Amino acid sequence: MASKENSYFSDFIKGLWKENPVLVQFLGMCPTLAVTNAVVNAIAMSAAVIFVLVASAIIISLIRKFIPAQVRIASFIVVIATFVTMADRYLAAFYPELSKALGPFIPLIVVNCIILGRMEAFASKNNVGRSILDALGMSFGFAIGLLLMSTFREILGNGTWLGYEVLGNWWDKWMVMILPPGAFLTLGTIVGVSKFLQTKFKKA
Amino acid sequence: MNLLIIFISALLINNFVLSYFLGICPFLGVSNKLSSAVSMGMAVTFVMTITAVVTWPIYHLILVPYHLEFLEIVSFILVIAALVQFVEMFIRKTSESLYEALGIYLPLITTNCAILGFALIAVLKNYTYLETIVFGVAAGLGFTLALVIMAGIREELDFADVPESLKGPGITLLVAGILALSFMGFAGLIK
Repeated sequence: MASKENSYFSDFIKGLWKENPVLVQFLGMCPTLAVTNAVVNAIAMSAAVIFVLVASAIIISLIRKFIPAQVRIASFIVVIATFVTMADRYLAAFYPELSKALGPFIPLIVVNCIILGRMEAFASKNNVGRSILDALGMSFGFAIGLLLMSTFREILGNGTWLGYEVLGNWWDKWMVMILPPGAFLTLGTIVGVSKFLQTKFKKA
Repeated sequence: MNLLIIFISALLINNFVLSYFLGICPFLGVSNKLSSAVSMGMAVTFVMTITAVVTWPIYHLILVPYHLEFLEIVSFILVIAALVQFVEMFIRKTSESLYEALGIYLPLITTNCAILGFALIAVLKNYTYLETIVFGVAAGLGFTLALVIMAGIREELDFADVPESLKGPGITLLVAGILALSFMGFAGLIK
């Protein structure tokens, strides 16, 4: 029994750090780089991904025994696209400005490799409970990666965090951080530092 | 003249990879060898052009008259998935070596955000049929350009002395950042 509980726990926890989709697996790079110029965008994006990933994991793991293997990818995509359309319409109706700022990146969740990857690797093979835990872990891991990125970029590039002033007037804003190149530079640095820390921990 | 502006802007100024962040997965994944970068770029350009030819009529002749615009995501992705399947079969029949070189990345064009993103952006910008096709070709070529430049740099990087923890994805991302910076220099090209 203990081992079973353990495996449920590990289904959830592995997405947060060890198999973090953004920082370790490099999945779902496009939204990671594109929407992290402000923390509020990152939060909206993460919320949408959490909703789509969990909802599709539930549906896919429920119908996994009825899907013929040859058409499974197409069926996954239709299920995912349905939930993405719901998220997209919801944002456009209630948060039109946010929806405009995110541009085509909410619809593009359809082709986010994280979601299709989890459906293929996990939800189509496991029961509902474990699939939900796995989806939650992965999407929280995605959210962590996005928040980390956007925190660095917004503070350095605009001197604010979630719109609140963090650094005073003395701070010379690094405009480049909220422009496209800043995204690559931030992620490259984060990846390098986290790898450095990991190897150091292992040696100690 | 308008077509030329669309072409240049999609190719250089608003490069899909370096400024819109579309198609990052293949950009990081297939850019370690020049030859596979070229074939990946060609495959994407090809699929993107056909996507332009097919999705414009679907959106403007079917979805808009029947007020089904909210189905654009579902219908576009299904059309693209079918197209990619077709291209894959075609390449497998005609060139075994090309098929092996592209490996798993060919089916992944389906989940390549550049293709779907292109279809969605073309709708957002309200382009005419001809403009959409030009935009598709230019976006595909821009993707190829970024991929080829990146592959060229990475082949040289193999001989460079890179810090241990930056090896692999770390240094690739940093190089991409510098590349994006230099592409920003094109921004003044069109007012």
